[in-house]
Amino acid sequence: MFQYTIKRLLSTIPVLLGISVMLFFMLRALPGDPAQVIAGDMATQKEVELIRHQLGLDRPTHIQYGHFLWRLMRLDLGNSIKTQNPVITEILPRLKNTAILAVTATLLACLLGIPAGIVAAVRPYTIWDILVTSLALFGISMPAFWLGLMLIVMFSVKLPWLPVGGSGGIQFLVLPAVTLASLLVAAFARNTRSSMMETLTQDYITTARSKGLKEEAVIIRHALKNALIPVVTVIGLQFGGLLGGAVLTETVFSWPGIGRLLVESILARDYPVIQGSILVFALLFILVNLIVDLLYGLIDPRVRYA
Amino acid sequence: MHDFESSRIEHGRFKRGFSKLLRNKAACFGGLVILLFLLTAVSAPLIHPKNPNVQDIRHSLERPSWNNLLGTDELGRSILGRIVYGSRISLTIGLGAIALGLIVGVPFGLISGYFGGKIDFIIQRLTDIMLSFPPFLLALGLVSVLGVGLKNTLISVGLSSIPYMIRLVRGVVISIREQVYVEAARAVGTSDGVILYRHILPNVMVPIIVNTTLGMGMAITFAAGLGFLGVGVQPPDPEWGTMLGSGRSLIFAAPHVATFPGLAIFMAVLGFNLLGDGLRDALDPRMKA
Repeated sequence: MFQYTIKRLLSTIPVLLGISVMLFFMLRALPGDPAQVIAGDMATQKEVELIRHQLGLDRPTHIQYGHFLWRLMRLDLGNSIKTQNPVITEILPRLKNTAILAVTATLLACLLGIPAGIVAAVRPYTIWDILVTSLALFGISMPAFWLGLMLIVMFSVKLPWLPVGGSGGIQFLVLPAVTLASLLVAAFARNTRSSMMETLTQDYITTARSKGLKEEAVIIRHALKNALIPVVTVIGLQFGGLLGGAVLTETVFSWPGIGRLLVESILARDYPVIQGSILVFALLFILVNLIVDLLYGLIDPRVRYA
Repeated sequence: MHDFESSRIEHGRFKRGFSKLLRNKAACFGGLVILLFLLTAVSAPLIHPKNPNVQDIRHSLERPSWNNLLGTDELGRSILGRIVYGSRISLTIGLGAIALGLIVGVPFGLISGYFGGKIDFIIQRLTDIMLSFPPFLLALGLVSVLGVGLKNTLISVGLSSIPYMIRLVRGVVISIREQVYVEAARAVGTSDGVILYRHILPNVMVPIIVNTTLGMGMAITFAAGLGFLGVGVQPPDPEWGTMLGSGRSLIFAAPHVATFPGLAIFMAVLGFNLLGDGLRDALDPRMKA
């Protein structure tokens, strides 16, 4: 397991370097002079020159990249053009809010999706199975930002039970978490169903049944434990979708997360904050996939010895 | 002789798959929905002769009625008319983005999987980097650099689909490059280009068709998401996500402004997902999750 962990950790290094290259060139890929774009149309030549110097754009490219990498390693992402605050201080409080939303949505999706998938698998091709698979397909096809708006119409406008948006108590979290969870429920239900159906055909399940065990015990004690192994991977695979969905959900509900910050920065053309937010999203994505991979290696020995 | 045989097998496989697809009611429903959207896009001026961008403030925010089946928006424009014309934009972006993904992704996937070695290593590390960004965020990041508008939305969504296409094609190629018929073609001195085109590409077609269909739904959702955030297609162009974005601020006064464009996105994506699922079951059930 130790070797597997080291191998997996080392494999992230080239990816991290690649991300730094992509982020470095992001600013340089802007049409026209990036310093002029950042300074705005009204800026004087002196101001543009100052920004060019601050960004290091007046130095050779390889030195610029080295400088960028060094700053990145110290989490120095520059200052926001809009607020002049360091980018990292803009991002950190927002990151906490996004984490709260993402974790709540994932837990909610597990609570709904996994039991739904089990029910569909143990009663295949019945009305329950059809209901779960149809709802899953609807869930996958429904744009989360539209679902969010429809939930607002239902639970904030027609039935004034929950706030339209913002943050504060738990009541502010309900609608955004349900909206974001909708992206995952379908994937969890589908994968649990197919994994459970496959597990139920295994010899050890037949043995358990022939020993006279109750069906509930066979499913919960023997089948579920093994069927859930591939579902762990789904959490990692779906995490990218979850982060993308967070950007839209946070916008719908004015949830002060990093996704909302990213959209605000794009609209304000605040490039240092855009760079920083995208970097944090990529790091989160890599980190969660790394944890999922390590967890998978831990619970399924076949993976780490492969 | 061998070419004839392999193309006959492929033809038979597609024919069997097609008849299986026709027996799948959900997939047929999905196909019908897509056909309806395509017909709507093609015949938009016949369905709604009035320019969908023409404003009529006197009739703003009217609820659905016989005069305006889906009501009007804040500028008095028919929501039905804008959804009808919006189907042109959404399908254009969907098709264009998928085409971009195919044009770049398929050749790179074929080369990476077939040749292996250093070239595979380089392509895969580049793919790894692109895959380390969640796909919607990659599209969002690209649009922030390229700028807003229809063309840039199409390019951003298309570019974000490339790494997935490369991985898919490479995976299939690796599984078939050591097959006897490929070895045989190599043994008789057939060039790599011909092997890739004649023997490998036809076998990659099934997963490409399935994923392209499912990818269309995703491309439409991504484009709508960008439009909703205000960084995709810009008003007054009637893109569904952009319409939904402007309807957001009217959610208390006129919920219908946001409801119907969202329903259009949902139906179109559902159509592509149903057809994609049906195609997968009919052509390659092994791919089923």
